[in-house]
Amino acid sequence: MSQERGRLRPGILHSLTAALGAILLPHVTHLPLWCSAACAAFLGLRTMLTWRGQASPGRWTLVALALACALGIALGFGAAFGRDASVALLALMLGLKLLETQSSRDATVCICLGYFLIITNFLYSQTIPTAACMLVLMIWLTATMVSAQDRTGALGPKQCLRLAGTLLLQGLPVMLVLFLLFPRINGPLWGFPQANNSSLTGLSDRMSPGSISNLGRSDAVAFRVEFQSPMPSPASLYWRGPVLWDFDGRTWNAAAMLSTAPMQHTAKGPSINYTVTLEPHSQRWLFAIDLPRNVPDGVLLTGDYQLLAEQPVRARIRYDISSHSSYQYGLEEAPQALVRALRLPEGLNPRARELAQALLAAQRQPQAVVNEVLRMFRTQLFYYTLEPPPLGRHSVDEFLFRTKRGFCEHYASAFVFLMRAAGIPARVVTGYQGGELNPVGDYLIVRQSEAHAWAEVWLRGQGWVRVDPTAAVSPARIQRGIAAAVPEADPLPLSVRGNLEALRSLAFTWDAVANAWNQWVLGYSPDRQMELLHDLGLAHPNWRTLVILVVGLISSVLGALAFVILLRLRPAPGDPVEQLWKRFCAKLARAGAPRRISEGPQDFAQRAAKRLPSMGKEIAAITQCYIGLRYADPGPRPQEAHPKEVRRLQALIRHLRPGRGPPRT
Amino acid sequence: MATTPMAWRSRFAQPPPGGQFPLVLTQRRVYILPTRPGLLFAATLVTMLLGCINYNLGLGFVLTFLLGGCGVLTMLHTYRNLAQLRLRPGQVEPVFAGDPAQFPVHLDNPGQIPRLSLRLECGAVRSAWFDVPAAGQQTACLAFPTLQRGVLVLPRIRVRTTFPLGLFNAWSNVDMELQALVYPRPTPGPVELPQPVGGNGGVRQHGPGQEDFAGLRDYHPGDSLRHVAWRTEARDQPLMTKQFSGQSGGEIWLDWAEMSPRLGTEERLRLLARQLLDAQALGASVGLRLPQGEFSPKPGPEHLHRCLGALALFPAH
Repeated sequence: MSQERGRLRPGILHSLTAALGAILLPHVTHLPLWCSAACAAFLGLRTMLTWRGQASPGRWTLVALALACALGIALGFGAAFGRDASVALLALMLGLKLLETQSSRDATVCICLGYFLIITNFLYSQTIPTAACMLVLMIWLTATMVSAQDRTGALGPKQCLRLAGTLLLQGLPVMLVLFLLFPRINGPLWGFPQANNSSLTGLSDRMSPGSISNLGRSDAVAFRVEFQSPMPSPASLYWRGPVLWDFDGRTWNAAAMLSTAPMQHTAKGPSINYTVTLEPHSQRWLFAIDLPRNVPDGVLLTGDYQLLAEQPVRARIRYDISSHSSYQYGLEEAPQALVRALRLPEGLNPRARELAQALLAAQRQPQAVVNEVLRMFRTQLFYYTLEPPPLGRHSVDEFLFRTKRGFCEHYASAFVFLMRAAGIPARVVTGYQGGELNPVGDYLIVRQSEAHAWAEVWLRGQGWVRVDPTAAVSPARIQRGIAAAVPEADPLPLSVRGNLEALRSLAFTWDAVANAWNQWVLGYSPDRQMELLHDLGLAHPNWRTLVILVVGLISSVLGALAFVILLRLRPAPGDPVEQLWKRFCAKLARAGAPRRISEGPQDFAQRAAKRLPSMGKEIAAITQCYIGLRYADPGPRPQEAHPKEVRRLQALIRHLRPGRGPPRT
Repeated sequence: MATTPMAWRSRFAQPPPGGQFPLVLTQRRVYILPTRPGLLFAATLVTMLLGCINYNLGLGFVLTFLLGGCGVLTMLHTYRNLAQLRLRPGQVEPVFAGDPAQFPVHLDNPGQIPRLSLRLECGAVRSAWFDVPAAGQQTACLAFPTLQRGVLVLPRIRVRTTFPLGLFNAWSNVDMELQALVYPRPTPGPVELPQPVGGNGGVRQHGPGQEDFAGLRDYHPGDSLRHVAWRTEARDQPLMTKQFSGQSGGEIWLDWAEMSPRLGTEERLRLLARQLLDAQALGASVGLRLPQGEFSPKPGPEHLHRCLGALALFPAH
C-alpha cells in the first residue's frame, strides 16, 4: 500500500516536531543531559531539513546514530535498566524516527510514540496541571494526525484542532465507562516500580536535632483523613509513626523490630473510624491516631504499635482504620524491652545525668519525676522555635542548660534522656500532631510541617504513657497548631500561616480539588472499583458480570454516538415550502394523481383537479399559494409575509383529505 | 452489414440504461477494516495499558481509555466519510492506443458533511485524492494506460478513504460499467492518401487527364496499390509510388481491400487511422470501406470518430 508513503506537507512535519518537542520538554528534568541534548539536536535537525526541503539522513547514518544512542543508554544506566532508562531510550528513538519521517505512515509511528511519551510523563507527575498540559498536547498530536490524513489540504490548522477535539470529546463517554469498570488489577506486572522521587520529604527512622524542624518548613501534604465518626479535638490527634529506641548521644534510631506481637491493651471510650490517604514517602510506616485498632489487611502492627506496610509506600495509598484516643497498653512489657528503654550512651551529657539523679532522689516516684521535668520546661525560659541554635557534642546538656531553644525533637530527646537517666523506661515517638480541617472538602489535611516528636514513658501499673514535653513548653502548638506556636519570623510555609485568609480559602478549595483528583483519578484502585460496583448494586461482581456490564455499556454508548455521528449523513432538511409541496404531491399521488416529472405546478394542478374533481377548489388554492410563495416577487418586506403564508399553505395541505383513489365509474 | 460498426455510438457514449445508477454506497456496500497504522495504534494502546497497570498510573488509564474510545469512534467517522455517497459513471472519451483512457466517476454527496480525502483505485491505477463538498458533487478520474485498440472495460473499482485518523480503511467495490473505446494508434509520420475522387459516388478510374502525374517517391506501407509504379518494381528496383498533384479536398475513399497485402491487420488499421486523421486535417470527406461494411464519405469530426470506432472494433482475424 504504497499510497501511504505520500510525502508529508512541511507544515505537518513542523507541527509534529513542535508537539513532540513539547511532550519531551518535561522529561528534561530527569533525563541525563546528553539525552536531552541529543533529542534537541534531532528535533532541531528535523526542523532545519523540513525548512530547507532537504532529504532525511541516509539509513546507515540513522542506524549508526541509533546504535550510538543505545550504547549511551547502556553505559549511562548500566544494569539498572528501569523506568528512567526506558524513557530515555524511548525519547531518543522518537527523535531518530522523527528525523527519518517522510511519509504519513512514519508520522503515525511518531504520533504513537508521542502518545506513549505523554503517558511516561505521568510516571513523574500526575498533578492536575500536568494532566491539563498533556491533554492539550494529545489534542495537538491528534490534530497533526488528522492533517496528515487530510491529503487534499482542505482543512486549516484550526479545523484540524477542532476535529481532533471533537473526536476526543466523543471518546469521553467510552473513556468514562472503561475507566470506572475496566477490571483493575493491582500492579506491578513486572519488575519493580522505582521510587517516584528519591528525595521525598517525610519522617525517617532517625531523629537528630534539626531533622523535624526541617520538615516544619515544608507544606507538602503528608496525608489526608476523612473521619467517619466525629472528629476528635486537634489536641488529641497524635498520628503515631516511627518509634525510636536507641540513642547515640546525638541521633535517635528506630529499633530493629523487638516484637511483632502487639501487647494487650484496654481501650476506653468510643472508637474513631477514619480513612487515611497517605502520600508516598518511600518508608514503610503508615500513620494512625494513637492507639490504632482494626489494622488493615497486609499491614503489620509491631509491639510498639507502629504500623508497617509490607513494602515501602511508593504510591499514594488509602486505608480504613479505627483508633481509640483513650487507652492503656503495655502493662506487661517484656523485660528486655524495658532494659533497652533505659540504655544511654556512656560519658555524654553529664549535667543532664546529674539533674536526673537529683530529681529521682528528691521525688522517688516516677510519675513525680515526669511532672517535675515538665514543670521545669514550663517554668524556665524555654523557647519553641523552628530555628534553634546548633548543638555540640553534649547535645542534651547544651540544650537544657545553655541554649534552651528548640523544636519538638529537642524537647522529646532531652525529656527521654532525663527519664532514662532517672531510671524510668522511656522512648521517643515521632509522627504528626494535629492537622488542618479543609472546610471545602470536609477532611483533615496533615502536612509535613505538622511533624512532631513526643515521648512515652513506662510506668508500673499504667504501662506506656504518652508525655508530650512540647505541650509543656508551648501549649499553643498542640492546641492551635504550629503557626500559633512558632515566632512570626520563623520560616514557616505561607500556606501554614493563618494570616492570609483569602489565600487560604483558595488554597483549601484547590486542595479539595486535588484531593478529589487523588481519590477518584489517581487512587482509583481495585478496592474503590469494588466499592463503586457495590454501590451500583452489584454485591459480588465476578469477571463475567463485569465483562457483560462493560460490553453492554460500551455498546450502548457507541450506539448512541453512532446515531449522533451518522445523523449528519442525511441531507439537510430542505426549504419548508418545498417540503410542503412534496407532501401535497404525495397526497395526490396516493389519491391517484401522481405528478409527472415534466409537469409544472400549474399543469399538474389542472390535471389533478380534472382527475379529482371533488377537491378541485382546494387543489387550486394550494397551488396558488405555493406559486405565490415560490415564484412571486417577494415584495418590499419578504421576511414578514413569508411565515404567515407558509403556515396557511401548511394548514391547507393538512386539511386536504383525498379519498383512496378516484371514484370509479 | 453496414450497420454493425455504427452501433458502437449508442453502446459506448451513454451509460447503460439500467436503473442501477446512481449507485448508493449503502451500509452493505461499505467495508471497513483497520489499517496497518491502526494496528500499530492498537498495539501502542495495549502497551500503554500494561504500563499503566504496572506503574498504577491513574491518569494514564484516563488517557489510554480516551485514546481507545477515540480510536474506536474513528471507525464510525471513516465509515461516515464514505457512506451514502452516490456514484454515477461519467462520459468516457475515446483515446488512441498508448494514450491513457480517462474514466470519470461523478460522486454526489447528499449529506450535510463534506467527505474528505477519498480516492478511486483499481489495482495499481489510482485517482488523485479528492473531497466531495457537503450537498455537492465531485468528479474523479481514473486514468488507465491503453496498450491495444479495442474496448477497454473498466474493471470493478474501489472507492476508499482513511480519513480522519488513518486508523481504519473504508472502501466499497463498485462496478461503474464504463468502457473506453481505444482507437488504433495511427502510424507515425506522413503517409500517402489515396486519390480523391469526384463527387457522386463510386470509384473512378483515374486517367492522366484528371490528375497530373507529379513524379515518383519511395513506397510507404499503405500506399494504394493502384499508385505503385509496377514498372520500376519489374526492374528489380525498390518499390516506388506514383505521385499525383492536386490531392486535397474532395472525397477520399480508404479501402481495406486496396491496401498492400504485405501489411498485417493491425498495421492496416493503424495506417487507416493515420489516413483518416490526415484526410480530416486536409478537410477532405473520407469514406471508409472495410470488409464488414462501409462508411460513405462525410465531413466532420463525428464521422471521423465513427470511422475510427469501426477501426477500433475491427475483429482481430
